[in-house]
Amino acid sequence: MSALQPSPPLQVQPVQWTLLLPKPRLDAARSINSKQQHSSRPQPILPPLPFLAALKMTDSYISTGNGDAFTPNGSSRMNGSSPSLPTTSNDAGTAPIIRKKLMGFVGFANLPNQVHRKSVRKGFQFTTMVVGESGLGKSTLINTLFNTTINPPKETLPPSAERPSTVAIESISADIEENGVRLRLNVVDTPGFGDFVNNDESWRPIVENIESRFDSYLEQESRVNRQKIADNRIHACLYFIQPTGHSLKPIDVECMRQLHTKVNLIPIIAKADTLTDEEVAEFKARILADIAYHNIHIFQAPTYENEDDEAIAEAEEIASKIPFAVVGSDKEVTTPDGRKVRGRAYPWGVVEVDNEDHCDFVKLRQMLVRTYMEELREYTNDVLYENWRTEKLLSMGVIQDSSVFKEINPAIRIQEERIMHEAKLAKMEAEMKMVFQQKVQEKEAKLKQSEEELYARHREMKEALEKQRLDLEDKKRRIENGRPLTPEKISTGRKKGFLRP
Amino acid sequence: MAAPTVEEIRANAYVGFDTITQQIEHKLLKRGFQFNVIVVGQTGLGKSTLINTIFASHLIDTKGRKEADEPVRQTTEIHPVSHVITENGVRLRLNIVDTPGYGDQINNENCWDPIVKYIKDQHSAYLRKELTAMRDRHIQDTRIHCCLYFINPTGHSLRSIDIIVMKKLSEVVNVVPVIAKSDSLTMEERESFKQKIRAELVHHNIRLYPFDTEENDEEEVQLNESIRASTLPQLVGSERNVIIDGKSVRGRKNRWGVVNVEDEKHCEFVYLRNFLTRTHLQDLIETTAQIHYEAFRQKQLLALKEQTNTRAS
Repeated sequence: MSALQPSPPLQVQPVQWTLLLPKPRLDAARSINSKQQHSSRPQPILPPLPFLAALKMTDSYISTGNGDAFTPNGSSRMNGSSPSLPTTSNDAGTAPIIRKKLMGFVGFANLPNQVHRKSVRKGFQFTTMVVGESGLGKSTLINTLFNTTINPPKETLPPSAERPSTVAIESISADIEENGVRLRLNVVDTPGFGDFVNNDESWRPIVENIESRFDSYLEQESRVNRQKIADNRIHACLYFIQPTGHSLKPIDVECMRQLHTKVNLIPIIAKADTLTDEEVAEFKARILADIAYHNIHIFQAPTYENEDDEAIAEAEEIASKIPFAVVGSDKEVTTPDGRKVRGRAYPWGVVEVDNEDHCDFVKLRQMLVRTYMEELREYTNDVLYENWRTEKLLSMGVIQDSSVFKEINPAIRIQEERIMHEAKLAKMEAEMKMVFQQKVQEKEAKLKQSEEELYARHREMKEALEKQRLDLEDKKRRIENGRPLTPEKISTGRKKGFLRP
Repeated sequence: MAAPTVEEIRANAYVGFDTITQQIEHKLLKRGFQFNVIVVGQTGLGKSTLINTIFASHLIDTKGRKEADEPVRQTTEIHPVSHVITENGVRLRLNIVDTPGYGDQINNENCWDPIVKYIKDQHSAYLRKELTAMRDRHIQDTRIHCCLYFINPTGHSLRSIDIIVMKKLSEVVNVVPVIAKSDSLTMEERESFKQKIRAELVHHNIRLYPFDTEENDEEEVQLNESIRASTLPQLVGSERNVIIDGKSVRGRKNRWGVVNVEDEKHCEFVYLRNFLTRTHLQDLIETTAQIHYEAFRQKQLLALKEQTNTRAS
């Protein structure tokens, strides 16, 4: 609890009409997170989610209670928070987050403790992988790091024994406990790496192992019942470099290039007691130059804003020592001045493992166990695993529907859909009309044509008839001309008489 | 007919033919000696530094890759470096052959081929010079007399590449294995490592110098055994001087102590130097000429004879 006190946004203050609030940044949760991590006791890991959700909940509560914002006394609110003007909303689409100040002690500052208790009950899991040629002291270093003999001393094969021809992957698990905190530690060893005459593709079993762990986690996530998810993804990979003093070997470069996108790489100079101080410094510089030249991405301790200077200085110190030059030892020896320390005894002196002057073991342990264990796990989960998952799903043919990323308001959506639908209908209507008109026109044209034909025929027939009639009349006259022209003449006379003026 | 027995007679008076050794010495001093060494081992094991330490002078440069954009060296760049060292009027012409890039690649198959080829080339050059009708009185001897094979101080056992290469090399040259950078092993680790390596060498039938030939009598066999038991020296090399107890000695200085190269308790450098220069120098040269070169010559001449036979027939 004491570590939580100085958090600015949640100050406890008496009732005031204060309109200005110090802004609680949303990463304040993370700063508390990291502060806890940097303190020396094993501190709980605070997942940002419930805390932020709590913040949001109070915010939304406040925003709904905004209607009574301007009553003179704040008695209408349950938690006694003082009202304030809504701060500027960020952008359209997100509800404006209202910052409020507490006026009395609420008690949700106890949340981290609850999480702490829960996590301790659940226990923690950490998986690390050690990669390097045989004889570089990998097993000894693991034993030294965790102060227990996790790896049994290697029994030597007789010379006539069959040597394996591929890189094997062996995994050892141990449950260790300290101060009531249980840690399930998995160490994945890779015997045989770099030992053969032909080391082509010797990193392939390692990469496949890492990917298969991601695979199994993805499968577990996609199950129907997700209660028990065992996380055995590799959180950190310690890469052991031979202390040649010159620079990285081609196999080192190639292997690191294959691994750095899939796992947190931490390069280590093994058996550093063969090198003098200047040699170590030069070697480190050359290794870093090699790494930068080949664009290999090693694990960097992330720094957050609003951390105190002490934490920043510590992080910088750790970062400056990468790659760590370590010496491992699980035996205790006596120094010339009588102390019993973990180290190696030579005729010319004793190398102390825990002495920061002698080697960087302490820094490595700090980075791996005391400070950044959770960072490693988080980075594996949030970045490395997500990248791999995206790749895999895309390659399986799942199309990314990017519209899911926008905030969906269902009413708007329906509106949009309706408009679209109507537009479609209108278009269809127009089309049909066009077709109809076209057809009508065609029919009209046809009918007109036939009408004309009819008229033409009618005229023709009429003319033909006229002609026939004239013919007949002619004939009739001629016939009547043979007779006296009486009826006709009369008729014609009459006509004439009628028409005679 | 039985071979005539040779009787040893003692002369009555001092004749004086025992000065022949001095005459030979005088002649040989004028001519000078020639010694060729090849160092084989992975990059960064301290080969160049060791040569410089043995002969107490800067003879070769360390050939590590210093810049990130330098390409990795290939073993095709085998070149001898020649120096002449003089000590007490004795001239020693030294040829040191370094093998950069050996065992550095990811795929090291046949990385020993250039080395074996180089050694055989020297033999064949000598053979050619010997067989010409007009040959020089004294042929320049570039045959490799000794091969120092550097073993990585893993503490576990020999690697497969070491076994293969040592086998191949032991057929053409005197191989002397040494354990490099032994300041990474404590005393107990060193002993156990040595035992393991010796067991492995015996198991794979790798003939190391000194050899047992049929001519050696009982005593010499014993001597060879003892030499073999004490070799496999663990080495630390250093060109730079450090101050121990007010004296300036060659060594390496760390925060926890100073390694004195010449101290027998720290490393066995002294043994190797004595072995190479003080006791077995002449023997190495002779063994090369008598055993390895003869074997090579035999094979070549037989092959030549067969060639001419097939051509004639």
